[in-house]
Amino acid sequence: MAALARASTERLESGWQALGQPAAYDLLRRPEIGMVMVRGRSGGTGPKFNLGEMTVTRCVVRLESGTLGYGYVAGRDRRRAELAAVFDALLQEPATHGPAMRHLVEPLEAELAAAAQLGREKAAATKVRFFTMVRGE
Amino acid sequence: MYVAVKGGEAAIANAERLLAEKRRGDPAVPELSTAQIEQQLGLAVDRVMTEGSLYDRELAALALKQACGDQLEAVFLLRAFRTTLPRFGASEPIDTARMQVERRISATFKDLPGGQVLGPSFDYTHRLLDFSLLATGGEPPPPAPLGEAEPESMPHVLAMLDREGLIESEIDRRPDAPVPDITRDPMTFPADRAARLQGLARGDEGFLLALGYSVQRGYGRNHPFAGEIRFGAVEVEFVPEELGFAVSLGDVAVTECEMINQFKGSATEPPQFTRGYGLAFGHCERKTMAMALVDRALRARELGEEIDSPAQDEEFVLYHADNVEASGFVQHLKLPHYVDFQAELVLVRGMRRAAEAAAQRARPLAVAAGEE
Repeated sequence: MAALARASTERLESGWQALGQPAAYDLLRRPEIGMVMVRGRSGGTGPKFNLGEMTVTRCVVRLESGTLGYGYVAGRDRRRAELAAVFDALLQEPATHGPAMRHLVEPLEAELAAAAQLGREKAAATKVRFFTMVRGE
Repeated sequence: MYVAVKGGEAAIANAERLLAEKRRGDPAVPELSTAQIEQQLGLAVDRVMTEGSLYDRELAALALKQACGDQLEAVFLLRAFRTTLPRFGASEPIDTARMQVERRISATFKDLPGGQVLGPSFDYTHRLLDFSLLATGGEPPPPAPLGEAEPESMPHVLAMLDREGLIESEIDRRPDAPVPDITRDPMTFPADRAARLQGLARGDEGFLLALGYSVQRGYGRNHPFAGEIRFGAVEVEFVPEELGFAVSLGDVAVTECEMINQFKGSATEPPQFTRGYGLAFGHCERKTMAMALVDRALRARELGEEIDSPAQDEEFVLYHADNVEASGFVQHLKLPHYVDFQAELVLVRGMRRAAEAAAQRARPLAVAAGEE
């Protein structure tokens, strides 16, 4: 779900297309835009406090088999929440788990890991290498 | 007698149209898209999200566009929008130690695990106007160079001091205690530190900056060290009621500042450094540094310090830090006060008449006294 929550709508749509035969599902809870209060901790590790809210869209779908899928994604994109919920459901079904992993989750995880690695490398280039000047002599 | 008056509908409608025209500016100049604001005025977006108390880059960019770049007006728009949305609940506390760090510096230790990572910062620029930016439509700058990312983690600097017992520990001793929310319940005093931190996080940067500055200059006696400042993305996890386990909502960018302050000891505890904490959405170091200074100043009572400066007075700070409330009350003075003012006018005229009459009564006596 961590990968699904970070996927763009386009990425989820293309994964959906790649699955071929679209799965039938009902919207048990139509995509709804709301907020989640983001909490921090004083000093990073201390008691909790409310930092501020973030927009979140949620959706619940039901496959024909009865399996429920939940989508909770940052932002206000209803289609994205719906597709995240559908994939959450498909990943729980033995028949569709493999294809959903192959067509969406695995490539997505690789993309996210690559993007994170690129970010780390850019940050690493700004890391200070201290050196000591030899004085006197 | 009170007479209600109406009017101004046409004037207001036309004023709105005039504002729309002003907002757009010269039609010969291409219109700004919210995507451009999000991408190229990102720090303005960050401030609006932090003080608007809603993490949504696109909405903050829209608010800035609608407000013609007026940040406080944009904060107001975002705050107003947030009241229209249902709240699904509260997240699990974010773990800043697991941040995907873009920048991380410490002013207290030169060499530390993970190192000093400068990241994107104005700090080391010459602050000379760059006239090359006057031109648009050129090639984008070349990609930033890549370094070798080390697998080592980036522990909090203060955690290292904590292990030696040299700084007060930050432990959640009551993990099940309710977390105060000043957006739902009115603030009470003395305020819990959690309520204060929420108020400071959404507080006006300018106000907190001035208070933080006052603390450094001696109004509150604390001149700390910037133990660590870090900026980057952290994952937000949320436990939906129907699932009962945490799901990832995605990442938010946050800036965190930990200040190390003067030590305190007692008969039972050896001297230790104390802490001030700042946390905000997006990249806003000045804000989080000011927040950490004021957070520490507001801990005066808890730490047994004398309270004699504005930054230590929690009612003063928390009642005046919110720029939506402040600008509402200051700007309400623009609204018609015709009746109030008439009353004052009648009063002052009456007082003047009474004073003149008293002076007239006194004059013949004075004249008589002079003749004697």
